[in-house]
Amino acid sequence: MSVRARVLIRPKAGILDPQGEAVQRALPALGFEGVANVHVGRLVELDVDDPSQLEPMCEKLLANPLVEDYEIVLNDT
Amino acid sequence: MKFGVLQFPGSCDEVDALYAARRVGDAELLWHGERDLKGADAIVVPGGFSYGDYLRAGAIARFSPVMESVIAFAHDGGLVLGICNGFQVLCEARLLPGALLPNANLRFTFRQVQLEVVEGETAFTGACGSGGGSSADPPHSSVGGHPILSIPAKHSWGRYYADGGQLATMRENGQVVLRYGPGENFNGSVQDIAGVRNEHGNVFGLMPHPEHAVDELTGSADGLCIFTSMRMAVEGARV
Repeated sequence: MSVRARVLIRPKAGILDPQGEAVQRALPALGFEGVANVHVGRLVELDVDDPSQLEPMCEKLLANPLVEDYEIVLNDT
Repeated sequence: MKFGVLQFPGSCDEVDALYAARRVGDAELLWHGERDLKGADAIVVPGGFSYGDYLRAGAIARFSPVMESVIAFAHDGGLVLGICNGFQVLCEARLLPGALLPNANLRFTFRQVQLEVVEGETAFTGACGSGGGSSADPPHSSVGGHPILSIPAKHSWGRYYADGGQLATMRENGQVVLRYGPGENFNGSVQDIAGVRNEHGNVFGLMPHPEHAVDELTGSADGLCIFTSMRMAVEGARV
């Protein structure tokens, strides 16, 4: 029985995120005010038989822990 | 002296790397699916977009069969040069400290850059103080006594990053080998770092492309000294 998982990967706090900054600058130009702290990352969705493998997957391949934080979200649907 | 030049699906600079290496020795392509390094004395991990650069640049290539052999070769003290995507692969493989991030300008940028050779006594820069290797030309100029290399850079993921602790260690060990000259750091690399080596000094990576600057016909032969330095290091080790 596999489990649906989502891995959210984002730049570590304090590391320049030029994509996030570009989006943050673009939103007011479209009339969306009051937006702050925009960061752009990646989403990896996967079905896994053994959710305990997700963390080593993130450490070895899905994220680069030197520069990225990851968050594992399990979803039993 | 024989160079082995890796070739991944999506590599695009392996032929120029082969050509540059053949100016100073023998060279052969090594396919990513093979584990045999075919007796190479030094390895070049070339530029391009290995495995499409999916996930992160270099993240998948780092697990290829040939890289298993290259990692073992590096741990045994073998010389490994990573150029551009090759630098990204070596960082992903943890053979070099730090990581490469998207350019601060968010653009693919292709331009000639002036690089300061901060460490001129390494296995990769030993011949760079007196001009481009076999070229008779002296270095174009120097800053603070450091020779300057004029070679092209072309990438969108070239912003070198290492945290404060790593940077301090690297500084102590003389691991920062190349820096972008004043006004040249278009990608936003921390402390203008353009090229770094590992603690033991046998693995080196840089974002700009010395293999594209080995003949005055294309504007500069300054890159050739990187390959000449490697040959000198290998042949010196043999004596």
